[in-house]
Amino acid sequence: MQSVNYIPIVLQLLVAGGFVTLAMTLTHVWGPKRKSAEKLENFECGIESQGNARMPFSIKYFLTAILFVLFDVEVIFLYPWAVNFKELGLFGFVEMLVFIAFLLLGFLYIIKKGALKWE
Amino acid sequence: MQQYTDIEEEKEYNTLNLGPTHPATHGIFQNVLKMDGEIIVSSEPTIGYIHRAFEKIAEHRPYYQITPLTDRMNYCSSPINNMGWHMTMEKLIGAEIPKRAQYMRIIIMELARIADHIVCNSVIGVDTGALTGFTYVWQDREKIYEVYEEICGARLTTNIGRIGGFERDFNKTTWEKINDALNSIEKRWAEFERLLSRNRIFMDRCIGCGPITAEKALGYGFTGPNLRAAGVDYDVRVMSPYSSYEDFDFTIPVGTNGDTYDRFMVRNTEIWESIKIIRQAMNNLPEGNYHADIPEFYLPPKDDVYTKMEALIYHFKIVMGETDVPKGEVYHCVEGGNGELGFYLVSDGGRTPYRLHFRRPCFIYYQAYPEMIKGAMLSDAILTMSSMNVIAGELDA
Amino acid sequence: MGIELLIFKSILVLVVFTITLTIAAYSTYGERKIAAFLQDRIGPNRAGPFGIFQPVADGGKMFLKEEIIPADASAFLFVLGPSLAMLTALMTGVVIPWGDTLTLNGVEYSLQITDLNIGVLYIFGVVSFGVYGIMIGGWSSNNKFSLLGAIRASAQMISYELAMGLSIVALIMTTGTLSIKEIVDQQATWHWNILYQPLGFLIFMICAFAECNRAPFDLAECETELVGGYHTEYSSMKLGFYLFAEYINMFISSALMASLYFGGYNFPFMNSLGLDQNMVTILGTVVFFGKVFFFIFFFMWIRWTIPRFRYDQLMRLGWQSLIPLAILNILLTGIFTMREELKNWLFN
Repeated sequence: MQSVNYIPIVLQLLVAGGFVTLAMTLTHVWGPKRKSAEKLENFECGIESQGNARMPFSIKYFLTAILFVLFDVEVIFLYPWAVNFKELGLFGFVEMLVFIAFLLLGFLYIIKKGALKWE
Repeated sequence: MQQYTDIEEEKEYNTLNLGPTHPATHGIFQNVLKMDGEIIVSSEPTIGYIHRAFEKIAEHRPYYQITPLTDRMNYCSSPINNMGWHMTMEKLIGAEIPKRAQYMRIIIMELARIADHIVCNSVIGVDTGALTGFTYVWQDREKIYEVYEEICGARLTTNIGRIGGFERDFNKTTWEKINDALNSIEKRWAEFERLLSRNRIFMDRCIGCGPITAEKALGYGFTGPNLRAAGVDYDVRVMSPYSSYEDFDFTIPVGTNGDTYDRFMVRNTEIWESIKIIRQAMNNLPEGNYHADIPEFYLPPKDDVYTKMEALIYHFKIVMGETDVPKGEVYHCVEGGNGELGFYLVSDGGRTPYRLHFRRPCFIYYQAYPEMIKGAMLSDAILTMSSMNVIAGELDA
Repeated sequence: MGIELLIFKSILVLVVFTITLTIAAYSTYGERKIAAFLQDRIGPNRAGPFGIFQPVADGGKMFLKEEIIPADASAFLFVLGPSLAMLTALMTGVVIPWGDTLTLNGVEYSLQITDLNIGVLYIFGVVSFGVYGIMIGGWSSNNKFSLLGAIRASAQMISYELAMGLSIVALIMTTGTLSIKEIVDQQATWHWNILYQPLGFLIFMICAFAECNRAPFDLAECETELVGGYHTEYSSMKLGFYLFAEYINMFISSALMASLYFGGYNFPFMNSLGLDQNMVTILGTVVFFGKVFFFIFFFMWIRWTIPRFRYDQLMRLGWQSLIPLAILNILLTGIFTMREELKNWLFN
């Protein structure tokens, strides 16, 4: 029964995908095409761009992404617990408190470490 | 072979061109920023990205024709530029201006200052992302422009007034429009201040953003609101009063940190002070003539030109620049919307100036810009620029 | 699944799809009108009476504009970016319960396209995909402003997803289900979750603003800093898709806020009006859309009132304020729900 529920999602995907493809094709067909080398240049405030945009970038963004992955996994772990929270009772709650305490400890560590400092 | 002595040197930075056509560079100027992520490592402003050679053009124009050139410097408050130039000329020829004309000038100059500050402060709002205040208060700027329009027919590049005073007395509509503008500014500006000045996000963005100390500011030659925000109470209107500013009662607001928030608040307060000055001028307006009695420099009324011989001769001589100008060297400064706007004029007695130099406040602020934004974030850099009210027209050198 | 049900679902998919697009299109009109109202202006008033055909004109214009793909850009990814953004935006509407059940010819039809038992997780999953659209588009443009905008957007979206997830955990603790339909049904009449989860709602709402890249979190496309942000290089319908996706996301977030915290299609005294079930369902749907429109208006109201954050402030708010607050909310919810057990355990 459950997998039946996913059929409408496939339907929606077909409709949405069809719309996107159609729109992209139509705009490609209908739009005027008068290209020139200057027009196809990248915008860099009206002057020739200096260097490539695909340069090594600040590591801090990557750090944020890594931290996100770490914490997101932990958050996802909370979901099954939250659904069954009432059945698990006090024991489950206390157990999860311990888990959250660990999570917070790690969180405190990265803050103290300055991983999220941008200045 | 390039040799690296320090590991830091090897770090790669991104080069980002901020300008010439960037939404935040109001006007055309270029900054080449070296960025480490969001942080600006160094910046290099291109001085003179636009160069219209006003000073050079002015050396080839009769004195009468230089006024329109001054319009184009700080185009947010062109009447101040126009009148500053007129006063410089009057200083050179030693003309005595009637009190009434001086008061009228003060009214227009203070309106221009309000317009300038409206632009600056509302654009600070835009650059922090709050567009509403901007479009809301620009209605008042529109009202001020209508006053200009009533007096001289133009709005942005006003070319307002004449050497010696005004071309005509303010009519009834003008006075009504000035009154109307003041009432509306008082109401709307209070709303604008309520919207932004205590907004937590706005304060977080502005406080401590692009600060400059008083010593540094003085060292760079800052004047006007930007210097006052750093805590130095220097105002040309008080230090060397011109056009009867000594008759008026007003206070000069000063900040403490010289950061964006201080600049914002100083300008806010100055708007209220300007309104006070205009009200005083309107209430105590002396009777008298609206122009000085200097027929060799003051353009005669058009009616007289068609009917009277002397008027026709003077008209011809003034327009063609055939009037003799005394030899000499004068410096006159006025408190422009952005700071001390100076005119250094050397006359050798010919029909054009021998040398004319404009002291443009923005040009000086822009020199300090790289130092102020070093180590700041990209957003701060933009906010600093707009809060200093760097107008591209004044970077023209 | 019977063939009849399949047809009904197909129709529902098409209807929801059309409504989503229409509402997103008219949100642009609403946005401009509301902005105009707040700024003492008139707003669009040329296309049709009061400018109501403005979205149609805008959409048509998008189709007819020249499609510019910069020479340095990766063409495939450049097209993929906005398509993905649009696709993910359109996919989220599936699990929103637009209304209760309608009984036609003795058969019950639910006004929800599909009732997944992991509806909340589905939304999170699809929304997370949205960041790819922005990231791919920004990177493939090969423009520094685009790249900066894309990186800002992705860092911001992933940071706020954490707090959002944590705020939902507290909600799930009280409801005990991940199905949005069930969550809505639990809030019958006036038992709205906002009454039990005010802090959670606040966190969720702030995160929703951030996830939609709406002011005050519109750092990814703030034009005074990054020109156009990640869509600086885009033109024609590809630009349209990015802008459109933002409005669809806004609509879906509003619908989600209404369903999770404001009772969805429930309204007080719905069962004591003495109307028949179909009538109540239709009324409920109307009420639901009323709530959604209020939130859309709220989104716009905020955008045209307050300034935006700076990047570091944004990250600090997300990581150092919202996440601890969300964890505190979980604790409070747990203690509140377990108060009887705790009392027994402590005092006996």
